[in-house]
Amino acid sequence: MPADYSQEPILKVEHMKQYFKVSSSYTVKAVDDVSFDIYPGETYGLVGESGSGKTTVGRGIIRLYDPTDGRITFKGKDITGKMDRETTNLLRTKMQMIFQDPMASLNPRKKIGDIIGEGLDIHQMYSTQEERKEKIDRILAKVGLAAEHYDRYPYQFSGGQRQRVGIARALIMNPELIIADECISALDVSIQAQVVNLMKDIQEETGTAYLFIAHDLSMVKYISDRIGVLHLGRMLETGTTQEIFSNPMHPYTRSLLSAIPVPDPATEKERIALEYHYETSGLNYDEGSLTLVGGSHYVHGTPQEIETWKRETQA
Amino acid sequence: MADKILDIRNLDITFTTTAGPVHAIRGVNMDLERGETVAVVGESGSGKSVVMKTAMGILAGNAEINSGEIHFRYKEDDGSTQDVDILQKDERWIRKNINGRRIAMIFQDPMTSLDPTMTIGKQLMEGMIMHLKLSAQEAAARAVKLLEEVGITDPAKRMKQYPHQLSGGMRQRVVIAMAISCNPDLLICDEPTTALDVTIQAKILELIKRLQKDHGISVIYITHDLGVVAKVADYVNVMYAGKIVEVGNIEEIFYDPKHPYTWGLLSAMPDLETDDSRLYTIPGSPPNLLHEVKGDAFAPRNQYALKIDTIAEPPMFKISETHYAATWLLDERAPKVEMPQELQKRIRRMRKEAKEDAG
Repeated sequence: MPADYSQEPILKVEHMKQYFKVSSSYTVKAVDDVSFDIYPGETYGLVGESGSGKTTVGRGIIRLYDPTDGRITFKGKDITGKMDRETTNLLRTKMQMIFQDPMASLNPRKKIGDIIGEGLDIHQMYSTQEERKEKIDRILAKVGLAAEHYDRYPYQFSGGQRQRVGIARALIMNPELIIADECISALDVSIQAQVVNLMKDIQEETGTAYLFIAHDLSMVKYISDRIGVLHLGRMLETGTTQEIFSNPMHPYTRSLLSAIPVPDPATEKERIALEYHYETSGLNYDEGSLTLVGGSHYVHGTPQEIETWKRETQA
Repeated sequence: MADKILDIRNLDITFTTTAGPVHAIRGVNMDLERGETVAVVGESGSGKSVVMKTAMGILAGNAEINSGEIHFRYKEDDGSTQDVDILQKDERWIRKNINGRRIAMIFQDPMTSLDPTMTIGKQLMEGMIMHLKLSAQEAAARAVKLLEEVGITDPAKRMKQYPHQLSGGMRQRVVIAMAISCNPDLLICDEPTTALDVTIQAKILELIKRLQKDHGISVIYITHDLGVVAKVADYVNVMYAGKIVEVGNIEEIFYDPKHPYTWGLLSAMPDLETDDSRLYTIPGSPPNLLHEVKGDAFAPRNQYALKIDTIAEPPMFKISETHYAATWLLDERAPKVEMPQELQKRIRRMRKEAKEDAG
């Protein structure tokens, strides 16, 4: 099932801010005025360097943090501030997360089956033990594990298999949005491909949307329908994968794309990555705003800056 | 034969574990010439780090070297050329003459390879005072110069700072400065950029490349990132289950790979043109080396496996002077097998681009 843009977005993030108070005189603005939408069945890639706030965005959306300001709407319900019981249940079932390190995110003392079934237990989503077992077995099969894995412990699995458990745990709740935070970064290249294929298959079958947070741009390009580029807590550029990769406008996006390593010695030996330093770039992120430059392509900057970049990139 | 700096012959290592002996390295041959860059590529557990740790004499206590030689040739301070077999030397001698002095290593995580309780300056000077017998002042002056060389601004101030005050990229630069501080002959980089962002990754690789040229150092990269390999390497060794399965120069490995495992590795990594609905994957997972491998270790995951693969181990077949691969597919009696379609397409595209760039 491809992304459905005719429907209302499943997730709307409007002017999200997440500040962390370090001391009475110092506050870290980890996420500063970030807005984007995700449509049903879509994959939205969020990229940026470490410290850009991409993980904080993901964690704020699923309410592992309480956002400082802004509005987040999930399936038409406001999920900021205090939520009523019904909204909490909606958030805790229909939105799920896959974490980066599959070893650290699985309880080492629990059996795989019980890790996967924990959500079912909490939300009482079965009437008999047989039904529970059957549901878990079905999910195990879906992610490419066997029914006999039910009674094993996380340490008995390889990294790729553990990440499959992480995916199974998210899937069993029938989520409509999965936040995948660097979920393949810790895996080997060949295993990465297996996990990405699995995620794509699942999307086709269940129509779930993904928020795919990563720093590996070639994988993000491969999996995403639309992409958002974060830097220093700001959304600098967002658009379809096509728009971002064929016509990157913001200097930061351009430097990011120029740095992607490609498995081709002829191009790679010649390539020198573009430099970008915020301090010396002459830009002030406080002055600009996210501006539409065509299609669904938005760039962050003042009108003059955007004019200059337009000229630069079209030349 | 030109100036060979490292020559590993028939290295074979077993680890004793509570579960039984693990045959981690099963006969590895590798050589490296002065000033060259070699990449060792493979999945986790293929043994690529173990080989390099053996060369540094920093193998874990439960390792047993069954056979092999590691010849390292270097120039003594008086100008004479030394040729030593590192496996024959004791730990003390290696510590004094090799580690940090003639072979330096850069590890994956710059936070764990720096001492959090020591200032940057002190850590940088330590090796120079010990190995080069410099006085503290001389070492400090040289340390400032080194920091400048690796692109750290305001080096005098940084000398007094602690690792936690620096960003990841900066820390890795400090580690690099430390590695080159004693003018090593050989630099081993174990996944030097895996923990870093793409933008910083490119900068670090460019830095290592520049230093290598300026100082005439040979470099070995251990990595599973083929993008990194494409950028830096002259020669590539592909490792699988404790063996080198294909070796060749960079063009041969990327444009004319022969081993099905190399095909798999190359195809699994999407490049920016990949638009297929599915990525190619290597099915299954690497073998458990607790159990002795019969035949070709890659056979269970190899869709092109022949009957012979389960019976006998393939030898290294010669393709050209520099290009060898261990797969029965290269035997003259084997059926003709082509590499996967998608990979063929990609190589054709890359070649076309290369031609356009040149013309």
